[in-house]
Amino acid sequence: MDVAIVGIGIHPFGRTPARSGLQQGAYAARLALKDAGVEWRDIQFAYGGSASAGNADALGNELGLTGIPFINVANGCATGGSSLMAAYNAIKSGEHDLGLVAGFDKHDRGAFNADPLALGLGQWYGEVGLMMTTQFFAMKIQKYMHDYGISADTLARVAEKAFINGSLNPNAWRREPVSAEQVASSMMVNDPLTKFMFCSPAEGGVALVLCRADKAKNYCASPVYLKSAVLKSRRFGSFEVFAPSQALQQVDGPTVDASKAAFEMAGVGPGDIDLSQLQDTESGAEIMHMAENGFCEHGEQEHLIATGATRIGGSMPINTDGGCLANGEPIGASGLRQVYENVLQLRGDAGEHQVPGEPRLGYTHVYGAPGISAVTILQR
Amino acid sequence: MNDIAGVVPMSKQIPIAEGLFTWPAEKPALLGSRCKSCGIAAFPVAESCMACSGQDIAVEALPTRGTLWTWTVQQFMPKPPYHSNETAETFRPYGVGYLELPGGVRVEGRLTENDPEKLHIGMEMDVIFDTWRVEENGDEVISFFFQPVANSGQEA
Repeated sequence: MDVAIVGIGIHPFGRTPARSGLQQGAYAARLALKDAGVEWRDIQFAYGGSASAGNADALGNELGLTGIPFINVANGCATGGSSLMAAYNAIKSGEHDLGLVAGFDKHDRGAFNADPLALGLGQWYGEVGLMMTTQFFAMKIQKYMHDYGISADTLARVAEKAFINGSLNPNAWRREPVSAEQVASSMMVNDPLTKFMFCSPAEGGVALVLCRADKAKNYCASPVYLKSAVLKSRRFGSFEVFAPSQALQQVDGPTVDASKAAFEMAGVGPGDIDLSQLQDTESGAEIMHMAENGFCEHGEQEHLIATGATRIGGSMPINTDGGCLANGEPIGASGLRQVYENVLQLRGDAGEHQVPGEPRLGYTHVYGAPGISAVTILQR
Repeated sequence: MNDIAGVVPMSKQIPIAEGLFTWPAEKPALLGSRCKSCGIAAFPVAESCMACSGQDIAVEALPTRGTLWTWTVQQFMPKPPYHSNETAETFRPYGVGYLELPGGVRVEGRLTENDPEKLHIGMEMDVIFDTWRVEENGDEVISFFFQPVANSGQEA
């Protein structure tokens, strides 16, 4: 049984002091239900997650207690992707017809401070200052730039593009364009990455209503079909965040594995994709993820980005809503934001940030600690 | 490494974690585990092999010289669990990198060098052991650091 997305809802990302994370999730859920033309009591099951704003199933307190199975999902930056994959399988298996996926969060300012013990690491690892996701991303792109000739200018251009796209998206947090020069000259955080090249923890909520594909037209004039939803964790030998050591023999990371599986499941290839949302925790991640997801060869990003290929009007638009850089990263909501954006784009409803040419296939990718990746392929 | 002025003479030197490296030792070294089934090494010592799930593991001292595989400089002071003697005022940026130890693994650690101009992929570095912080009772907490080979022996 194929699966369709028939309702989408979002609470603007950024900082909303007046609403809790849960309330932002409920706001998004109500919009998604309204978009699908259904009531909360019609929903047969739900999956959801938040990292810092409580259990997602507390949404029942906001939306009504209807007795449905509501499963809390906690899977780091891939929480939204994991919820979606679980819901996809629940419908695909024939178990349910109509469900809701929700993600929301509300994080404190500043970098995440992860707990070494929760990740099976010694306390010493955090004490000496190695428990920082930002260091991993910096070291990964440092090595990548060395191996494949990516320049610091390209890092700055990725952030510049994100803020341009954010300025066109009414739900984005960062809505002011920032020039590549400003990005490059902002405070160095983890060499070679400056402050404006990193996303920040933030707030926001997203919800999606999913149903059996054969009933999609009952709810939505322009349903979008979920052709694949894949989650992979790291294999031995991949270079991952929070690793006190790594193997001398390196293998592909979970992004490559998830991407290949998703393309195979959907029966399409990277060249068929009209737009992508790729995890851009920082500028370097977007660059590396372009190749890891199969959209170019390693090193080609230098030319592609310089010539505007990844901009909204380019040949391979990436992070058309501003990505994590312009939206911030409320962990529970972040992966679902990407799916929301692609549904909007495939419906042709993205307004000022609409990709021209009536896009038909959209791709989303999240990556997070300690080495997990989720990919979806959507088709209108 | 850090400001250890005022340390009382009777202070003890204690490793930051048991089993992370040989201590006390004339020539201390990081301790790794090697799987007897597949030969893969890991740091710190693991009870089972992440590569093949084997549980027959031998502990060995890892090489003390290697090459820098990648690096960055941490420019801001991390939040806890970061635990040093520094304050926001005395914090100094520090280098972080993976040192590729021949025949072993790539180990992540702090670098003694924090100047990006003096760090490059492929440079040789030694694993050294030094005071990381001084506890209130005067105990010195010892950790490991990677030091450019050119500087070896020049800095106490």
